[in-house]
Amino acid sequence: MTLQTLNIGKANLEIFSATLMELAEKDRNILAVTSDSRGSGKLVPFGVKFPDQLVEVGIAEQNLVGVAAGLASAGKKVFAVSPACFLTTRSLEQIKNDVAYSNQPVTLVGISAGVSYGALGSTHHSLHDVAVLRAINNIRIVIPADNFETREAILAASESNKPIYLKFGKKAMPNLPRTQEKFEIGKASTICEGDDIAFIACGETVAPAYEAARILEGRGIGAEVISMHTINPLDKEAIIRIATKCKAVITVEEHCVNGGLGEACASLLMQEKLFIPFKIVGFPDEETITGSQTEIFNYYGISGEGLCQSALKLLDM
Amino acid sequence: MMQKYTDLELQVKSVNYRKSLLKYIKMANTGHTGGSLSCTDILNVLYNDVLNVSPEKFSDKNRDRYIQSKGHSVESLYVVLADQGFFPESDLETICKFQSKYVGHPTRKVNGIEFNTGALGHGLSISAGIALAAKKDNVDYKVYTLLGDGELAEGSNWEAAMMAAHYKLDNLVAILDHNTLQISGRNRDVCSPYPIDEKFEAFGWSVISVDGNSIPELREVFKKIPSEHEKPTLIIANTVKGKGVSFMEDVAKWHHGVPSDEQYALAMNELDHQYEKLISM
Ligand SMILES: Cc1ncc(C[n+]2csc(CCOP(=O)(O)OP(=O)(O)O)c2C)c(N)n1
Ligand SMILES: [Mg+2]
Repeated sequence: MTLQTLNIGKANLEIFSATLMELAEKDRNILAVTSDSRGSGKLVPFGVKFPDQLVEVGIAEQNLVGVAAGLASAGKKVFAVSPACFLTTRSLEQIKNDVAYSNQPVTLVGISAGVSYGALGSTHHSLHDVAVLRAINNIRIVIPADNFETREAILAASESNKPIYLKFGKKAMPNLPRTQEKFEIGKASTICEGDDIAFIACGETVAPAYEAARILEGRGIGAEVISMHTINPLDKEAIIRIATKCKAVITVEEHCVNGGLGEACASLLMQEKLFIPFKIVGFPDEETITGSQTEIFNYYGISGEGLCQSALKLLDM
Repeated sequence: MMQKYTDLELQVKSVNYRKSLLKYIKMANTGHTGGSLSCTDILNVLYNDVLNVSPEKFSDKNRDRYIQSKGHSVESLYVVLADQGFFPESDLETICKFQSKYVGHPTRKVNGIEFNTGALGHGLSISAGIALAAKKDNVDYKVYTLLGDGELAEGSNWEAAMMAAHYKLDNLVAILDHNTLQISGRNRDVCSPYPIDEKFEAFGWSVISVDGNSIPELREVFKKIPSEHEKPTLIIANTVKGKGVSFMEDVAKWHHGVPSDEQYALAMNELDHQYEKLISM
């Protein structure tokens, strides 16, 4: 069985905008704040339907986050929406001081994340955001894998009174299976079970990890796939459980290998004295090549076949 | 100084640039169409009439610098650089393709490009830095940068504007591609930047307005710089987004957008007519 047999859903971005519409209808305090990004955020219909609930600040991401923090402090439920590359780079000080340190319940929504804008070059890639935000206290980092997790994450964010960063891309995602139809920030989801090797993945890399697991299954190798949708706080229990059960662990992320999910897992495993074969699959510290998201994923081995090869190598097979 | 080209010759070049950039956007199946068409005449006059740069002079420390702050309009820049001989135009068939160095925003991997841009609101600071270096070294090159009107919302522009006036950078020229549109619509409806002229004047700049799609007017204006002693200059170039293709003109959705086969044929046809009209003059 390959991914073709999974049902292809919508882009997580579309689920985000549809869910925000629903929420805004019920709660007039929900605001979307945009920086000439309503089109990219699929929020044009939102702006038409709820003109009073969309705040446009112009192409000014620092202002976007500062204004969002101010609105939140005055009781608004704020979703600040901008391409992840600008949101987490240009506005980093506003995120650190005005949102995280000041503990304002802003939901920062990084759209077209990772290499979704693959051909547009490094200015438009966000492969650093997890690393920088992990080093900032008091901000949760959530990277949903599919439509289900996206919707749940948006709902959870709307009910939360703490800062949160959500990110996703713009490509249609397959609807993944999971052992439990349940979502909780900070609790990893099991996509499929296996005892030989585990893939701990997040966001749009969970689907290729699942594809790799299916290929491995065909070869008699049991692979577990975990959607580690929350990078901060990390689900330590899940990681320890998997590393105890499986012979090897591979982490997969649409992020630089420095400072992301992989290093977070490695640090935990070392400190728990769980010394098992381990590999981080992500973007090396080099100027990222350009092309479509899929082309770039394939190049860096973030594909069913590529991850299957990484697994066989790690298992010495 | 003798001019290399007549106005008519440059007007013909603009039509050809527009045709080429549409061709490569169509081939890449992606691109920032409207803004590339609006600034074509500006880039044309800069590279063919104003800038003291060429492939031979590109490593000369005293060359003029051009920094494209509105990096997304990279297609017009690539086409003009190819015409200047920085690289073969056929290279542009790979724009935005896998591993091509012709990325969707300006990159120094491409010969002729001074700075990597694409995140808005960086070009004016970078240009002010280069202009300041010229003052320190007592050399007389000028630094030109192209800004978008939507881009003016980035606060960094105003930080740079203040500093450039403070350091009396009269070798700095910012050109505003004033096409009155950004992605979400009219600048004045999205988050108004107006009045732009008075703001820059209050920051200590010399401000000139010009028809940014008129070759003769642009040529005249660049001759007058610096128009005021010890002041940086802002040229407000009033342009039409999507200029040259009737159905793209002044329509926000053509900010990015690839013409269908039919639209492409129509656009090329319109540009061919413009060409024929010019050469029969
Ligand atoms: C920092 C940053 N924020 C957002 C964007 C996305 N973006 C690219 S072009 C654009 C609109 C630019 O409008 P304008 O400056 O008026 O350019 P033009 O009309 O000349 O194309 C936006 C928001 C970006 N490239 N950089
Ligand atoms: Mg504009």
